[in-house]
Amino acid sequence: MPMLEINGLTKSFGGLRAINALDINVNEGEIVSVIGPNGAGKTTLFNLATGMDSPDEGGILFEGQDLVGLRPNQILGLGLARTFQNVRLFPAMTVLENVMVGQHARTRSGLLSAIFNTPRHRREEAEIEARAKEVLGFFGSRLVGYRYDQLSMMLSYANRRRLEIARAMATDPRLLLLDEPTAGMNPRETLELTELIGRLRSERGYTIVLIEHDMQVVRNVSDRVVVLDHGVKLTEGSYEEVSTNQDVIEAYLGRPAELGS
Amino acid sequence: MTEATAPARPARRASRITPVALFLWFLRVVALVVILYGSFQSIASGRLSAAQWRDLIVFGISTGSVYALIALGYTMVYGVLRFINFAHGEVFMTGAMSAFLVANGLASTSLWASNPVLSLLIVLLASMVTSTAVAVIVERVAYRPLRGAPRLIPLITSIGASFTLQYIVRGLVGPSTKAFPRVEQLRGTWNILGLVVLRSQVVVIVAALLMMAGLYVFVERTRTGRSMRAVSEDPETAALMGINVDRTIVTVFAVGGAMAGVAGALWGLVFPSLNFFSGFLPGIKAFTAAVLGGIGNIVGAMLGGVSVGLFESVGPSLVLAGYEIPAFSQLKDVVAYLALVLVLIFRPSGILGERLATERT
Amino acid sequence: MADVVAPVAAVEEKELLPPPELDLRRAVRLGLSNAAAMVLVAATGIVGTFQGRLIIDPFLPLGLLFLYMLSWAFGWLASKPPTTLEGFAPAVTGPRNLAAGALAGGIGGAGIALLLVLMTNFNLRGIFIELSPQLADTLSLGRAVAEQGEVWFVVNIPAVLLIVAVATAAGLVGAGVHFLAVSWRRAIMPGLMWVLIFALFTDIVGQFFGGIGLEFVTDLLFTSPGGPLTVVGAAIVFVAFTALYWYRGGRETTLRQRFDVLPAEKRTRWTIGLAVAIMVILWFMPRVMGPFVSQVLDNAGIFLLMALGLNIVLGYAGLLDLGYVAFFAVGAYSAAILTSPLSPAFSPELTLLAALPFVMVAAAIAGIIVATPVIRMRGDYLAIVTLGFGEIARILLNSAWLSPYFGGAQGITNIPDLQLGPLTFRTPQDYFIPIFLFAVIAAYITLALQKSRWGRAWMAMREDESVAEAMGINIVTAKLSAFVVGAILASFGGALFGSQIGSVFPHSFDIVVSITVLVIIIVGGMGSVPGVTVGALALIALPNLLREFSEYQFLFYGVLLIAMMLVRPEGFIPSKRRAQELHTEELAQDDWLEIYGQAGSSEQVAEGTV
Repeated sequence: MPMLEINGLTKSFGGLRAINALDINVNEGEIVSVIGPNGAGKTTLFNLATGMDSPDEGGILFEGQDLVGLRPNQILGLGLARTFQNVRLFPAMTVLENVMVGQHARTRSGLLSAIFNTPRHRREEAEIEARAKEVLGFFGSRLVGYRYDQLSMMLSYANRRRLEIARAMATDPRLLLLDEPTAGMNPRETLELTELIGRLRSERGYTIVLIEHDMQVVRNVSDRVVVLDHGVKLTEGSYEEVSTNQDVIEAYLGRPAELGS
Repeated sequence: MTEATAPARPARRASRITPVALFLWFLRVVALVVILYGSFQSIASGRLSAAQWRDLIVFGISTGSVYALIALGYTMVYGVLRFINFAHGEVFMTGAMSAFLVANGLASTSLWASNPVLSLLIVLLASMVTSTAVAVIVERVAYRPLRGAPRLIPLITSIGASFTLQYIVRGLVGPSTKAFPRVEQLRGTWNILGLVVLRSQVVVIVAALLMMAGLYVFVERTRTGRSMRAVSEDPETAALMGINVDRTIVTVFAVGGAMAGVAGALWGLVFPSLNFFSGFLPGIKAFTAAVLGGIGNIVGAMLGGVSVGLFESVGPSLVLAGYEIPAFSQLKDVVAYLALVLVLIFRPSGILGERLATERT
Repeated sequence: MADVVAPVAAVEEKELLPPPELDLRRAVRLGLSNAAAMVLVAATGIVGTFQGRLIIDPFLPLGLLFLYMLSWAFGWLASKPPTTLEGFAPAVTGPRNLAAGALAGGIGGAGIALLLVLMTNFNLRGIFIELSPQLADTLSLGRAVAEQGEVWFVVNIPAVLLIVAVATAAGLVGAGVHFLAVSWRRAIMPGLMWVLIFALFTDIVGQFFGGIGLEFVTDLLFTSPGGPLTVVGAAIVFVAFTALYWYRGGRETTLRQRFDVLPAEKRTRWTIGLAVAIMVILWFMPRVMGPFVSQVLDNAGIFLLMALGLNIVLGYAGLLDLGYVAFFAVGAYSAAILTSPLSPAFSPELTLLAALPFVMVAAAIAGIIVATPVIRMRGDYLAIVTLGFGEIARILLNSAWLSPYFGGAQGITNIPDLQLGPLTFRTPQDYFIPIFLFAVIAAYITLALQKSRWGRAWMAMREDESVAEAMGINIVTAKLSAFVVGAILASFGGALFGSQIGSVFPHSFDIVVSITVLVIIIVGGMGSVPGVTVGALALIALPNLLREFSEYQFLFYGVLLIAMMLVRPEGFIPSKRRAQELHTEELAQDDWLEIYGQAGSSEQVAEGTV
């Protein structure tokens, strides 16, 4: 059974059909890239999958569970986490706190145990902090040490993107939705992030769906590519298959001279 | 790779029953039942005659017209800047205060009795000038420096501005309640289309309608009005089109202030008393009206104002009296606050829908 | 690995550009604002009311001092040298600064002079009640002209010239501050401030010195106990404090900076030590101060309790609850109903302690009732709706309809004193202890929650609600819990309030209370316990201790709210993060300047060896 099953998904905004009878499957352990020109409905797809918006028609199944109608925090509890196209961290919270708050759904201590500072509360706080540091350590030395107590709004752009991924990792997901993770990065940073995405699967076992515009990243990282245009799935397949597909080229990839470079 | 071939699911509306939703539905039902039962009892008991109901209704429309004028200021500012100008009630109050003071000054001369039209026009002018000036000054001093700030900050500033204005006026003219001098020619009633209505209330309604019509024409037909609408929809693009956004925003505040000034002048004809705190309640009611009609929507503000006036005037006698509540007129303001709360909870987009500037991502 | 990339071009020793000139047109605009401010201060009666209090006997009354301090302040502002920008030479103070100061001050004086002329020639007292002959006398500095006969329009030239001259002089003095070396400035300004403090708080200073057996100090400084400072006294205070600050100014680092570099254990020890010291002082204070001061401190304590509660609702969770007074009322009335023998409908006559759990439950229910409808509402609408709820509560409590339960306008009286076993708390001094205790508990709860799972959840929700929800936070539960905790803390305040006063009346639960609590946390510092404490003391204790100020308390609050939002939205003693988050631009620039503005070569900067 596919991990994520999207069937006949339709969403309109006013007169505009953002997503039209979309069928997409994602199997466990895959890295799937969703590509398409701007306005193709990719971020809308993520919004619908995570419950931040509700579809007009169609169904979304995650590991057999119906997601339509659930609130975003419930969906996260089932194991689906995401990052955002324009990085949306919690700006006034520190790096460490951003990652600690990601564990909210996986922890349980309540108001009373916090007020009375029970041993359970203290233990859980220590665990949360340790886990947060562990997750941040995944990114090398970039987000550790003195960075823990820096407000997240002070970080450089690339570090903010990494922190957002760290926060999503902290929610202990099974499926990660990454929305344009390398947007705005320079080639060196993009390469680093590409390796990181690979490690996210190999070291952490996440299934990953990413929206991307950078074809190098798509080629290097994906098992499968899904192409959307005007809310409709044009085709899907491996990068080689997709990049040579005539419809896709016409809709998106442009002149043949740009292939394989 | 295999293609996904699962059959398409039938259409499904996303709706889960949550406790919150349940509670809100319960509230709706309770509110409806309470209102209907109370109204039924009231009317059935025949406590008030048809003439009395008519008086209440006309009174509601006239106060509602005043609220509508004030609501225009709230709705335009919210439509452009997306924040509630708490100080607008005080903009109204300062205009009303000048109206009262000028009227009292004129009343001691012979002009008041001999030429009431001219006198009232002078009062109107004084009120409009004061309100517009106050609105523009507050914008310049307190709001413009905070143009890009997170939204709670200008809101808190406007609360500060509201308080400051209240207590400045209190310091200037004292805490005592001022009275509006009687206009002899507006005593008594007129017979309009078979209805007998108080003259002063007719003047209020007609004057308000004229001003609102004028505003509508101004916003829809003139160049300034067009730039106001453009900035209302999308300030960034408006700027790119060559519109001076800052100046337009000042115009929005000024026009809203002017309307509040008209309301201030008309206030004296409906409620002959005024003190430094008299802007607070009408401000809240006017805001309710603005939301009720659809925030950002000028026609909506007008409709909303009249509606709030009617609720407030007819409501207690209609609904509360049916429950034999002692001294239910004390609860007139509760009706207004409840209207506010209920509108914001159940229909925050209002009757005619919101018209807000596009949110900057 | 540094995120910073070294500059490509070398940083040469270039000629610094000349600094921009001081804008005199701005000085004129400030002068007009000054005139408006001074006229308003005079016309609203502040000058008149403050005249009653002498600062230094016999020649310095507070009214005129306050008036001309405005000119001083605007003169200071107008002649402020522009900030030194990167690549420009620092601005030099010169005659232009003095001109700016003089302009700003003088124009203000012209405003007052104009007001005086108008007052002399027209009877404006019918409209503007404060424009009395007394005020004319004060404003003209004693040179008021007697009733004129047939003359059509009189201008009291000597008075006008004098007023403008004094105002210009004040503006010049304000400008002059910029000519002082920083070390002198840091010593003299606080010195002057302390003279003012001593003069305004003569009662307390007198009681304090009397309380520790040093009456002779009071006799030396003041003309009489509770009276103004003598000239000698003022000079002594000034010299003493100026010297103190002068000596202290020699240190390079501020107290806060020295505190921050201490290792963690030492820091905790100092914090605890300081907290204990403060608690000890506050414990003994009511005994030293009389009943009036204790009552004021009790009020401040109750407001502090409420402020800590609103701090959680607004400071942590970002929910602007303008009807917070409703929870205060719930606490007060439920305690009253449960404890008072005169409670109309239902009178179990419990002790306050026994009633407390029920009060908490009532508050929690109120919190849920208020929170549930507003959960999906946007911030400003939430503010207004809660305001509506607060007002509805007050009107209902006051109504004749519900008076069989709540006592209507007469309220509920005969609330018994708090009893803890053998101890009975009766007087304001007695009550200080339980109020203080509850405030400490509230402060502890605030701090405990900050570093907890829910604290983080609230803050995330405040920052970005939809993203917080996508990260697993149940928004409904988060908002409900914030409201409930805030409501419970407010209800503690209400219960103590009712018990201390002995009765509850609906008019005590006005929207003004909600606004006051809001002002406290804004001014003191949202999210910061010491800030909120100072805020409560400053905004409640101060106006009540200074009779003249108490009349203009709310005007002061309004102006303060606006000023704080414009200048220092994080409050006076902010939590460090709040200051950081509200001034990111400046901090980012500081960081940049720190890296690039250093005197090393570009290679050194790149290697990080500067």
